[in-house]
Amino acid sequence: MGVSKFLISRALNMVLVLFATIFITIAIVGPTMDTILKRSIEIEVKASILQSKEVMIAFKDPKDLENYIQLQVRNAIESLGLNEPWYSPRRLWTVIWKLITLDLGQSYYLRSYSGSGNVREIILEALPRTILLFTTATILNSIIGILLGVIIARKSGSIIDKFASTFAVVSNSFPLWWVGMIMIIIFAYTFKLFPARATPLIPPSDPNYPLALIHHMILPLITLILIGFGGWTYVVRNIMIGVLQEDYITVAVAKGTPERKILYGHALRSAAPPIITMIALSSSGSLGGAIITEAVFDWPGIGRLYWNAVSVLDIPVIIGLTYITTIVFLISVFIADILYSVFDPRVKVG
Amino acid sequence: MGEIYNLIGLLSSFKAFWDEYKRYKIGILGIFLLIILIIISISAVILIPIDTFKQWHNPAYWTRYPKAALPSWINYFTNTKLPEHLILKEPLVMKSESGVIQIFNHIYTIQFNYDTFPDDFIFNYLIKYKGSPPLFELSIIRPDGDRLLLIITTLPPKPFNLEAYTFNGSIYSTDRVIRSNVAHYLSERIGESISIMDIAPQFVIFSEKPFKLDSKVLKGTYTFNATFYTFDKDDQLLTSELIIGGKVFGILGTDELRRDLLIGILWGTPVALFIGLSVATLAVFVGIVYGIVSGYYGKRLDEIMMRINDIIYSLPALPFLIILAISFGRNILLVVLYLTVFGWVGIAKVARSMALQIKTLAYIEAIELIGASKWRVMLKHIMPQITPYALASIALSVPSAILAEAGLSFLGLGDPTLPTWGQILHDAQLYGAAARGLWWWIIPPGVMIAITGLTFVFIGIAMDTVLNPRMRKI
Repeated sequence: MGVSKFLISRALNMVLVLFATIFITIAIVGPTMDTILKRSIEIEVKASILQSKEVMIAFKDPKDLENYIQLQVRNAIESLGLNEPWYSPRRLWTVIWKLITLDLGQSYYLRSYSGSGNVREIILEALPRTILLFTTATILNSIIGILLGVIIARKSGSIIDKFASTFAVVSNSFPLWWVGMIMIIIFAYTFKLFPARATPLIPPSDPNYPLALIHHMILPLITLILIGFGGWTYVVRNIMIGVLQEDYITVAVAKGTPERKILYGHALRSAAPPIITMIALSSSGSLGGAIITEAVFDWPGIGRLYWNAVSVLDIPVIIGLTYITTIVFLISVFIADILYSVFDPRVKVG
Repeated sequence: MGEIYNLIGLLSSFKAFWDEYKRYKIGILGIFLLIILIIISISAVILIPIDTFKQWHNPAYWTRYPKAALPSWINYFTNTKLPEHLILKEPLVMKSESGVIQIFNHIYTIQFNYDTFPDDFIFNYLIKYKGSPPLFELSIIRPDGDRLLLIITTLPPKPFNLEAYTFNGSIYSTDRVIRSNVAHYLSERIGESISIMDIAPQFVIFSEKPFKLDSKVLKGTYTFNATFYTFDKDDQLLTSELIIGGKVFGILGTDELRRDLLIGILWGTPVALFIGLSVATLAVFVGIVYGIVSGYYGKRLDEIMMRINDIIYSLPALPFLIILAISFGRNILLVVLYLTVFGWVGIAKVARSMALQIKTLAYIEAIELIGASKWRVMLKHIMPQITPYALASIALSVPSAILAEAGLSFLGLGDPTLPTWGQILHDAQLYGAAARGLWWWIIPPGVMIAITGLTFVFIGIAMDTVLNPRMRKI
């Protein structure tokens, strides 16, 4: 069957790309990466020694204990091969294995709300909030875009069409994060309708936290929709105009099929594959693009974590975030590919 | 690209292209905006000395400017006229002699017709003397004719090892001696003694009578008179400067670090154009060459090259730009290089599919049969056909390059030696400008980014329509 072959080849491609990405990341930050791993080993070894009372009691002189820890750390480093350069095959494999098992090491400075310095925990804490804001925005944008796009495609060439196209081009030319700053001036500073900083003041453990989070989410969400729906509308319009020129639509019109049925039944179904791909790609693409937007609104997700990590140069967190972002992106591309092949039987297989 | 229309002819005769191009209003608008941007760039380079521009990140340079001052045109729209920040350097100079004594006068006359008090004032002077230290007196004449003596003092003695001493002095309105003199003036008028701790001189000097806490500003002409008595015929008062600390300044105002935003915005233009155009040109060039080679050679090489293309396409751009900037530095040329790395991928894909189509054409096969080398075919026969697409792509790639650079700068990863619009916004974010409503710090850089982007979008759309007639849809 062609489709399963197609899926396997896409999956293989995804794995290949993922490995290449990891390799490039390691090559860029290789030397720094070593320091990170050595540090995290040191913390682990120290913690395990200091926790076990029997070992602690065995040492009367703190100097001996210190020497013992150093020896253990050195052993651990050598057993992992960290004394070799980053590009030695053994080392490469270790690093890749660590990344595959999502062992992202310890952060330098940043901590999770519970005070943990484990990079994986820090990232997993922020990830759902980014998904909450940006996925909601993408879904709303795509709904508005499809509804408006279909209406405008029907009236292509009209004043509304020209206005919508101009709006799409102009709204795409402003940096999203700059529009965010302007929104803060208007709605948070001048009219005081929403808080300027999107991070709720109460801790996440508070039962009211989800409500506070949603209240703080409104302003960034409005901004994302304001700057995003124009582009969506424009793309859906273009796809629909292409579809509406197909022969079978002309036939349907000639047969006297009601316009509503032609638009939403026939045309939109044909336009579905590229639109679905767009939804899949942009919901994952927003994870990376969110960096600056979240920094502007101080939204406590992946993006702001990135900004904080860059500000204090917390390299383990930066690498962990890059890795996670790439994985999410690749998985979305993969899903988009599958969806495309499901919805569009003409897709080239093999 | 099925049919072959005379592209070479179209390109070589620029007039033909231009005749076609100028039919598109959007293209004309793009050219018009581009000309404005070029004029801004040229005037920035000519009018604003490169030294001023290099001082952007040096706080010491900007001490004479006001902090977070609004643009001065705001006064046309408000009822309360805010005082303009004045940096006066051209006084009325008078010089007289009586015996061995030379008297230098620098007189500054200002019209103070604002509704709120100035923040402070500073008087700077540069004087050269050989003999006994000169005597310095600063006084002010109010619109109602009152004369206030602010300070009378002897300048420091000339160091004995120097032939002539050039002394750079500054008097601040907050100086103790000025406060004491103003307190003295005030207590004479209102008949009770005033502690100098309670005095902010500008609120007395510029106030209506009677002096009360809620007194308004006395509008009219104020005359600052600086007098220097020198005792050697070679002594010279070189320059002086009076700064009245106001709340509005210049066309675009200043930021929290007292920088004149106009300079940053103007100098940002050539920098943005340079980054945008060089990234777009490099990326399109690399993409076209890569795509042609991949498409024309085909087979295994094509497979490998397209896999590499896929990988770069799959890298999340901004995170990698951040990692590159942190690992390898953020010189402007490096930033151009980083942006190029992520800019050529899409163009290579299109160029490849174009090359795939062109190479199946009969005349390419004929040329190959004659024995033309592969490089000759690619350079002389495929490249020219893709050039129109490339030219439009350059214009269309500029906006994303400018946006990407702005984003990187906004994260604080821009070239620290060159102010860019993104960096201005970075500082604005750092000082919480949005939440504090400092709109004049935020609006101009963003508008400039968008205008520059739109300029090239407009030009690109028009070029695309002219040069690729088969893609005419708009």
